[in-house]
Amino acid sequence: MTHPLAVEHLTAHYGTTKVLDDLSLSVGAGELVSLLGASGCGKTTTLRLIAGFLEPTAGTITLGGEDLTRLPAYKRHIGLVFQNYALFPHLSVLDNVAFGLKQRGIATAERNKRARAMLERVGLDQLADRLPGALSGGQKQRVALARALVIEPPLLMFDEPLSNLDAKLRVDMRVEIRQLQRANNTTAVYVTHDQEEAFSISDRVAIMHQGRIMQLDTPEVLYQRPANAFVARFVGFENLIPMKVTARDGDDVTAQAPGGVALALPKARFGDIPDDFVLAARADGLAVTADPDAKGLPATLGLRTYLGRAYQYQCETEAGPLIANGPLSSPLELGSVARLVPVPDQCCVLRVE
Amino acid sequence: MPNRLHPALIGFAVLVYLFLMGPLVIVFGAALSDTTFLTFPPQGLTLRWFERIFEIGAFRRTIVTSVEIAFLATALALLIGIPAAYALNRYRIQLPAWLSTLFVLPILVPEIVLGFSLLRLVAVGQSAPIFLTLLIGHTLIVLPYCVRVISASLASFDFSIEEAAISLGSRPIKTFFTIVLPNVRSGVIAAFILAFITSINDVSVSLFLTGPGISTLPIQILAHVEQFFDPVIASVSVLLMLLTVAVMAIVERTLGLTFLAK
Repeated sequence: MTHPLAVEHLTAHYGTTKVLDDLSLSVGAGELVSLLGASGCGKTTTLRLIAGFLEPTAGTITLGGEDLTRLPAYKRHIGLVFQNYALFPHLSVLDNVAFGLKQRGIATAERNKRARAMLERVGLDQLADRLPGALSGGQKQRVALARALVIEPPLLMFDEPLSNLDAKLRVDMRVEIRQLQRANNTTAVYVTHDQEEAFSISDRVAIMHQGRIMQLDTPEVLYQRPANAFVARFVGFENLIPMKVTARDGDDVTAQAPGGVALALPKARFGDIPDDFVLAARADGLAVTADPDAKGLPATLGLRTYLGRAYQYQCETEAGPLIANGPLSSPLELGSVARLVPVPDQCCVLRVE
Repeated sequence: MPNRLHPALIGFAVLVYLFLMGPLVIVFGAALSDTTFLTFPPQGLTLRWFERIFEIGAFRRTIVTSVEIAFLATALALLIGIPAAYALNRYRIQLPAWLSTLFVLPILVPEIVLGFSLLRLVAVGQSAPIFLTLLIGHTLIVLPYCVRVISASLASFDFSIEEAAISLGSRPIKTFFTIVLPNVRSGVIAAFILAFITSINDVSVSLFLTGPGISTLPIQILAHVEQFFDPVIASVSVLLMLLTVAVMAIVERTLGLTFLAK
């Protein structure tokens, strides 16, 4: 049972504060979409609106063609996995998992059979008679997952499910979550503030900020071609350099950086470049070289740190402070003058906002 | 850290225990004294002062009234207090802070004042029956304890557990009884016991609200002491204590077990 989710023009307020602003989002049947952002960006609010724990001031939520917007939460049949597991402390593991089936009026024998089968799938059938208090964090989250999956929900939602687990377990669990979600072909919404987690687990990721989706795309596109300065900074483009096109010549565009240096940018890599734009580069996208003739931004080098694969420099330039990496073979000293050469496939072009 | 306790610490602990147990020992001793006046240590041992309690009609009647009032007031306070504590905790962020203070106010008002106000407004003003006025008064003084104790229990309850149940298809009302209440069981039991003890021992509010024909046990003890100085006072005090302990045990057993069985 799998259904597409459509959220359209959703607006929500806490009192008079607007926390979601005309948010639209569609999740395909069987797709996993993450909502990624810092705390207060509206990702959890979106999840709670879809779950029915909050009411929107405007907008609609439809799941498989059924309008959920005004439906009470207990009638939505959405599987939820919470950050703090939210297991029923007074019920055994088996009764926790069977709880949703009980609400659907399924007879004891049948629901225990199904709950046991689901516990087996998450590898916890040995612990069926324990109380949740006797389980480890990872086991608790598996029980929570089994409890949400056993009702065969048309939509599965996760609210920071792994943030209470240690680093190693987090990686194991996210693989497990992804496998179960794939195997059941369940539509899923996954809320997290952890970029690596979101990128690794999702078909698509929505990067959120101040109650809006800044960009919704595959992890690959987000990582390599952010659509705006916010997303670029979010995915680690530390350097944003304002540029101006001075000449267009067939496949090459020449643009001027602050301080007057002209840089050649291949059109093949960047596509259409507007007259005024921002060149975004990670530290790896600006190569530090001592060669005074190199086509790059002149910079005075500041603090040097050792990254293992490269040296990283805090640089002072006409475009302001930038961060760039240089080769291990030729470490440069504090205060020396160097050039920062953009590496085309590590950079991207953004519109001026 | 050395495992041996400092002698001064042991001495201090013994003093604290003496301080706590002393009054109990004296009252128990005095109740058993075979004299016609209160004395400690007891001179001779007898149970006749316990029999004597039931020969005095006023004691028989007030014991029944006290137990009735204590049970009813506690039940009423829980009926109001549990939903109030739930709402105060569940919607803590949305509700103004002074609202939870409101439920503690009856504690802040001196009980004497509360008793007198109820007398003027309810008993005299509305000509309400004495039993009803007493019940209102006792409910008022025990309600803050109920709200506070159950609130403390709910403060450590994670409300996403409730949301998990709702998302799994359980109606909110049903969720309250099957998921929330079993998890604040200890708070409800503690509130029950505290409220019951407070009510059954109350003097200051009852003093104003008891009237012709209806009185509570502590008020009757007070009245008795004013005229007599016999060990009945001690024996009735012992009875009051035993009654309270019995109720505590019963509540602990029944509430504790029925909730656990679910």
